[in-house]
Amino acid sequence: MKLSARIAAPAAALVLAGLTATACAPQTSDTSAGGDEKTGTLRVWLFQEVGNKPKEKVVDAAVADFEKTHEGAKVEVEYIPVDTRAQRIKAAFNDPKSAPDLIEYGNTDTAGYVKDGGLADVSKEFAAWGEAKDTDPTARQSVTVGGQVYGAPLFVGVRALYYRTDVFEDLGIEPPKSQAELISTAKKVHREKPDLYGLVVGGAYTYGAMPFIWANGGELADETGVSYESAINSAKARKGIEAYTSLFGDDNCPAAKCAAMGGNATVTAFASGKAAMAIGGDFSHAAVEAGSVKGKYAVVPLPGVEEGSIAPAFAGGNNIGVLKSSSHRTLAVDLMKSLTGKKTQAKMFDAMGFLPTYTDVRAAVAEKEPFVGPFVDTLGAGAKFVPASSAWGQIDASLVLPTMFQEIVSGRKDVAAASDDAAKKMDAAFADAG
Amino acid sequence: MTANTTAHKAPGRAGAGGPPARAPRGRPASPARRSGWTPWLYLLPALVLLGGLLVYPIYQLGLISFLEYTQAQVSGGEPTTFQGFGNYATLFNDSQFWQVLLATVLFATACVLATLFVGCALAVLLTRIRALPRLALMMAALGAWATPAITGSTVWVFLFDPDFGPVNKVLGLGDFSWTYGRYSAFALVLLEVLWCSFPFVMVTVYAGIRTVPTEVLEAASLDGASQWRIWRSVMAPMLRPILIVVTIQSIIWDFKVFTQIYVMTNGGGIAGQNLVLNVYAYQKAFASSQYSLGSAIGVVMLVILLAVTLVYLRLVRRQGEEL
Repeated sequence: MKLSARIAAPAAALVLAGLTATACAPQTSDTSAGGDEKTGTLRVWLFQEVGNKPKEKVVDAAVADFEKTHEGAKVEVEYIPVDTRAQRIKAAFNDPKSAPDLIEYGNTDTAGYVKDGGLADVSKEFAAWGEAKDTDPTARQSVTVGGQVYGAPLFVGVRALYYRTDVFEDLGIEPPKSQAELISTAKKVHREKPDLYGLVVGGAYTYGAMPFIWANGGELADETGVSYESAINSAKARKGIEAYTSLFGDDNCPAAKCAAMGGNATVTAFASGKAAMAIGGDFSHAAVEAGSVKGKYAVVPLPGVEEGSIAPAFAGGNNIGVLKSSSHRTLAVDLMKSLTGKKTQAKMFDAMGFLPTYTDVRAAVAEKEPFVGPFVDTLGAGAKFVPASSAWGQIDASLVLPTMFQEIVSGRKDVAAASDDAAKKMDAAFADAG
Repeated sequence: MTANTTAHKAPGRAGAGGPPARAPRGRPASPARRSGWTPWLYLLPALVLLGGLLVYPIYQLGLISFLEYTQAQVSGGEPTTFQGFGNYATLFNDSQFWQVLLATVLFATACVLATLFVGCALAVLLTRIRALPRLALMMAALGAWATPAITGSTVWVFLFDPDFGPVNKVLGLGDFSWTYGRYSAFALVLLEVLWCSFPFVMVTVYAGIRTVPTEVLEAASLDGASQWRIWRSVMAPMLRPILIVVTIQSIIWDFKVFTQIYVMTNGGGIAGQNLVLNVYAYQKAFASSQYSLGSAIGVVMLVILLAVTLVYLRLVRRQGEEL
């Protein structure tokens, strides 16, 4: 009796646990659309920017236009913090009931979100939309996965070379015209003014390093038809990696400090007057203006290998997409057009300085605001984009490229070994993504 | 933790009252035999709670580790598929996993040894000093103990900052970066872990020492035993049950260190040089949304910790110690 009780009770507990457990296999949600209602409330998630008020005004105007032309439709806009956007958007995919109808998202996430089954295919509507014809090709690429369009570009962001006019005047030097000159200028400045980094670079600043790879004719990955194959260890890419990592060292940016830096840290260093040059975006303008170098800097395109050429920049930026789970598909697509249309983008530039994705609108704003000139030139010279594969999100999140740069600049591995390892990891991710 | 301390204090203070009170439970009386279900009935609430809060999550962890379960599966973009031991194979074939595992074991060992040493030494010190310094030491230790790990880590990073930190200024290290080198970064984190975990050891051991009858200690010192000798031959054997508990606790805590590494080395250090298993699992599971691989790491950690604890208990029991 006693023995049987001793066994029976835990056994019963286990069976009980087993029963409840089998009833709850890991959760999988159903994100398929639930009809296409023509009235009701549309929910929109946009990113909360630093100094968000001007953005809200532009969005409110676009929403008011939309509500006027769509009887019975209401729009609720929520601004979500950029830091936690990944969790919020994942949660929205996991729980379609509380998900919004439209989201703003970073363009490197497009392929990943498509694979997650979160974004709706709007190829047909996008093709039929008159304004979309002026969308520049890189921006179009950033919403395209496997030939289908999953959203509309909201703005593009590119990086160029910020430099200190007072320092350059002091030393009697000119902004560099080629990559070799960029590196020699950086080292010269640091030699003359040891308190300053010549060109501040970061081991974790992937988007600042990419132009060096592209300028040398390298690629992150080659398209193989169905998937991608890493090209980070090709001879040309290695030349670019070599050039970028040569900037880490006691003659420019000491590895002990710069290896861990990301993009924001380099811009902060420049803004606080600790560097003579930095690779910053058009979106870094406000941060630099707020720093101690206000009025003492200028911007030129980041030089390429050939004298006078421009290094291909990474075309960053955000898109707006319709969620697959939306029950107001037609309305949501119309609102997407309203939020990303030419009128809204022109206003958004005035309010926030975000570069428009339409070539004609962009040319118009460049005339008004000379500061964006170098950035528009950079885009005009041909910006590039990361591989449009869902694997990219994983490669980015698992820090494959920062690890490679950090291994090289800390002297742990040479360029060949580090780039081979990175290529292996990238290929594994591409293979997983299929 | 307070419960632990008081539990250990109780038998000593109760003195002769202890054993008789325990007697009915030690010798199963005949009424208990009449209904074998009664104890289970009393245990039921605890079992249900444990089942819901412990067994079920572990079951889910194990289940997910055998599936392909990434963000695409969670949000329904792709079907969930059974992988067998696929995730474990991926993990065991990853050379980084073995490096991280080795680093974790060495780092946790160093942390445990340092914590136990400092904790015990300060506990003995507490018994030898006057009330006011004792109060000061207690307050300092409790302050460190009460500080959330994330706050402590942030403050330590600032103290050791190459540009603004006071430590480098005082030591005249210039702009030496503590987090750049692998060993200096681990050393920095070890100091922080030590700082926030020695108070538990100190307070628990101190409480234990207070229960050691003063006559025994007096006799030892009359016989001319040194302080070290008293600790080794009198106190430590008498405090054994307490030392076992704090050791196991420390092993489990230090093996699972997350916050300190994550905050102080910025998610694992330059090129992942300071990754420990828990941070590695987080990077896999949540940063890159490979929940199934993260679960597999979790299962491996669980198995290692269970094995370490069981082996340790086994060793202790073989030496004739009842727990």
